[in-house]
Amino acid sequence: MADRAEPLAALQGRINDAAFGGTTLMTVPFVAQVGLRVEPGSAAAGRVETALGLELPEVNRMSESGGRRAIWLAPDEWLVVAADGEERSLVALLEEAIAGEGSVVDLSANRTGLELAGPDARTVLATCCSLDFHPRAFGPGQCAQTLIHKAGVLVEQRGDDRYLLLVRPSFAAYVAEWLLDGMLGLKADAAA
Amino acid sequence: MKRLDDRGRIDHDHSFEFTYDGRTLTAHPGDTLASALLANGVDVIGTSVLMSRPRGVVTDNVTDPHAFAQVGTGSVTEPLMRMNEVEVFAGFEAEGRLHQGLLPTERESTRFEKRFAHCDVLVVGAGPAGLSAALAAADAGSRVILVDDHPHLGGALLGGEKLIDDKPATRWVADVEARLRANPDVTILTRTTAFNNGDQGAVALMERVTEHLPEAKRDGRALRRMWQVRTHELVVATGATERPLVFADNDRPGVMLAAGVRGFLHRFGLVPEKLVVFTACDDAYRTAIDLAGAGVDVQMVVDVRKDPQGSLIKRTRELGIEIRDNAAVIGTDGDADGVLTAVRVASLDGGVPEAIACDCLAVSGGWDPLFDLHLHVSGGSRWNRKLVGFVPDGSLPGIRVTGAAAGIFGTAGCRRDGHVVGLVAAEATGHGTTADGPAAPEGHDANEGPTADFVDVPGTERIHAFVDQHRDVALAGVDRALGSGIHHVEHVKRYTLVGTGTEQGRTAKVNAGRLTARHFGLDFAEVGISNARPLAQPMTFGSLAGRSLGVRFDPVRTTSIHPWHVAHGAIFEDVGQWKRPWFFPQGNEDMDAAVLRECAAVREGVGMMDASTLGKIDVKGKDAGEFLDRLYTGVMSSLKPGRARYGVMCKADGMVMDDGVVLRLADDHFMATTTTGGAAGVLDWMEDFLQTEWPYLDVWLTSVTEQWATVAVVGPKAREVMAVLAPELDVTQDAFKFMQLEDAVVAGIESRVARISFSGELAFEINVPMTYGLALWEAVFAAGQPFGITPYGTESMHVLRAEKGYFIVGQETDGTVTPLDLGLDWMIADKEFVGRRSLRRSDMLRDDRKQLVGILPVDSKDRLPEGAQLIDSAEYEIPVSMIGHVTSSYESSAMGRTFGLALVRNGRNRIGETIYAPLADRTVAVEIVDAVIFDQEGARRDG
Repeated sequence: MADRAEPLAALQGRINDAAFGGTTLMTVPFVAQVGLRVEPGSAAAGRVETALGLELPEVNRMSESGGRRAIWLAPDEWLVVAADGEERSLVALLEEAIAGEGSVVDLSANRTGLELAGPDARTVLATCCSLDFHPRAFGPGQCAQTLIHKAGVLVEQRGDDRYLLLVRPSFAAYVAEWLLDGMLGLKADAAA
Repeated sequence: MKRLDDRGRIDHDHSFEFTYDGRTLTAHPGDTLASALLANGVDVIGTSVLMSRPRGVVTDNVTDPHAFAQVGTGSVTEPLMRMNEVEVFAGFEAEGRLHQGLLPTERESTRFEKRFAHCDVLVVGAGPAGLSAALAAADAGSRVILVDDHPHLGGALLGGEKLIDDKPATRWVADVEARLRANPDVTILTRTTAFNNGDQGAVALMERVTEHLPEAKRDGRALRRMWQVRTHELVVATGATERPLVFADNDRPGVMLAAGVRGFLHRFGLVPEKLVVFTACDDAYRTAIDLAGAGVDVQMVVDVRKDPQGSLIKRTRELGIEIRDNAAVIGTDGDADGVLTAVRVASLDGGVPEAIACDCLAVSGGWDPLFDLHLHVSGGSRWNRKLVGFVPDGSLPGIRVTGAAAGIFGTAGCRRDGHVVGLVAAEATGHGTTADGPAAPEGHDANEGPTADFVDVPGTERIHAFVDQHRDVALAGVDRALGSGIHHVEHVKRYTLVGTGTEQGRTAKVNAGRLTARHFGLDFAEVGISNARPLAQPMTFGSLAGRSLGVRFDPVRTTSIHPWHVAHGAIFEDVGQWKRPWFFPQGNEDMDAAVLRECAAVREGVGMMDASTLGKIDVKGKDAGEFLDRLYTGVMSSLKPGRARYGVMCKADGMVMDDGVVLRLADDHFMATTTTGGAAGVLDWMEDFLQTEWPYLDVWLTSVTEQWATVAVVGPKAREVMAVLAPELDVTQDAFKFMQLEDAVVAGIESRVARISFSGELAFEINVPMTYGLALWEAVFAAGQPFGITPYGTESMHVLRAEKGYFIVGQETDGTVTPLDLGLDWMIADKEFVGRRSLRRSDMLRDDRKQLVGILPVDSKDRLPEGAQLIDSAEYEIPVSMIGHVTSSYESSAMGRTFGLALVRNGRNRIGETIYAPLADRTVAVEIVDAVIFDQEGARRDG
């Protein structure tokens, strides 16, 4: 099969160079993502939970099992995320589980990933995102659909200071530009 | 003023040079522009706005009515900077422009940042009340942000000699600061102004990050940073501002506010030679006492009150300073530059005025609590007769005013009230309890006598007795307004301009309101003052915009194929936020030449275009067909899997909303495409109906717009290109019909291929995951080479579709056009759908509605401008009745002539008639024809 294009290939050099003081930005170009819509609490949802080996999470939470994560998007909507290449098997698994009671859609190309990590990751987000990422308000396993300035993103906290941003590829460069600029400012502050 | 080496919080051991109005002056680290100018004997900082009178620094804080300067040069110049806020440094440059600033002549190179922040308790003001509140809230466990506009915490404590717990107050400030800094959940922002309070705790701050540093030391850091704070509780501890008294020539350089004079001593070690104090309250006596203690010759305290009592007055007497009670300064004298040399003092009972030589007159008319952040969200205020000042009235959820801002003036009182407010705020955020909280600090404040309710000196000359020095409004100006019958303070404000301008009447509004009330014999409490509206202080646009510039201003959306378009010289068109190739010029081609070539290639050979931006919505569920039937005018439920159908949807008013092709992938599975610009709106529209009107339908929607890249291969040779690309796909007419879809491997990529045409030509739309878009595009381009495949852009697409009479939402439609107007009667099925009822209204069935038709200019070379009006006759007189307008107009390579689409009243019944487009330079005759101009029999779509 032909080559896939990394959505942020043109910015890769600047993204690599942006690191400062242990804070880094990384592209995660390909993530297996499957859109799941199913009635919460239904038999179909139960079968999905059995198939995935996890409980479908509540509002703005993520649950994980065996390298697969279900991210809450709406009361009847989740994004099931796995390693690149697993989309086909994941779609098949979920299709079988819902058995026509809901919707399973491969969205692996519909969003690309940016991972922001390090001691200043939270402050970088504070330059362009109005959500509160203070540990009292947001922590590992939590996720949110929010804006990086004007672009919608799905933010998932993956560790104490590690955030995965899933963004539509057409908005990815825009989001990266904001994160890069935030890092630039903080890098200057740190050097002063 | 002169500098005392042992006073002030500046670094006396170091000095540097800076420039003001082209003069080289000297300052110390820690100086503001105002203090540095006073220290250099720059008594006249500029001239006033209307009367061109010399003006000097009035006070040591941002309420100074005319201490504004243009700071910096070139691309980093900033207008109307407050001299008491601006810190000078080596190489600093400023110009005394008190009223009108200059904008940078080059693009600003300054970096302004924005930061979002959240907290439980935001404390604005770090005086005794604010510090106490912040400490109490932080100790209780709240997340606290404490802001102050000075470089140092302490507020009014920095401008005096107060003791706390028998130690200098600054020691207490340092202790509290250390405790706050040790708490990781406390953020302290100095040099920061809270300038706007929005609803629900959205407070905007402006931090001056590197403004106080020479450019060379800014090191790429922001000049200023705007903080957008969302707080649960807001504590307003912004202190109070001193107001002046009104008397003749009260604007002379050397006439200052009393606490300002005291502040210049304590903060900057600056003192005059000879001082006179003129007051209506006890506080100004502190200025006399403190300056006498610094060795200044304090000539006299002039007090408008009879026989004032209290500890401060007693102390003043003990120092041997003369107190003239029941008296007033009735005028001032100055030197050739207008700078103060003497004041004239007289008893309020009359008598001969006495001239007293001095170079500084410290004036105090009393104090106005400052609580703008409470007023910004419609908080009330009431006149407190005892304090002779406005205080906050009533309470607002989540906002607490404390300290001098609430009318509590003693240090001990401020600490106690701030402490309690801090505990209450913390408790409101679920931290600590007021009942079990630490005890409030002890301490007593000196007893102060009442402030006199005194504005202007009776009988004073009125032309130069200024009420608003910033706006040059004197008593005579207020007289004129009141004399003309204006009686509302807001009208007095507009008529006289009192309280307007950069300074917004900090020192003028209360006096103007009291003069108004007195003139009409009204109670000032009823008259009030003009509103304090946001922003609390002016901010430059650059600092509000932050980094929302250039690439970060608005998303520029591109498809995965975009790099190829760029590399091949495409000229782009903005479609919503998308950048789409408009046309691909070759060599020296202009747009017209490129479009003619591209169109010819599609009609005669084969073209390719990037259709990835079209909106795509995955529709799944047992009722998916029924759901689509209800939204589109046509029937979708009768589609067979593997087939596609064009559909139009209307708003409830029957007007065309969007259109696109619906593909049936399986019995319970559709994909609906939308216009590029309409994608998000259509999904919202669908979800809205699903969730609120038809929640019982088993339908699930998912946006897949960016999951799929779409490459359209279009033209009579499209089948040959497809045969090369997808050897296993049978592309013969019998196997692969119009509006049919097939899953296939195209160029080695698993694809969904559909025979959909937006040009009337044989066409295949190949859909692959977005990440494969570029690979597919390159493969199509390579495979198409032997057939002369030609990439084309949106302009050629528009021409090709117009030749076929296909409308474009937003071009032929504008929210007033129905499917019937577009001649789509055949697409309106006999079933219920959104908009159907509206389409049956008699008005919708009128035959003189504007209808979509084709137009052919009689002169086949004449291309009409889109939007041109259409009228009935070649001869006309303005005004002329318009019967329609041109919606699309192009040159057609296929027809070798110009043509267009138009909405014309009763147009379909007028086919064959000639109408006219009256243009500025000519009138063009056009023939009305059927909207489908080219290939009317549809012979080309199957190749």
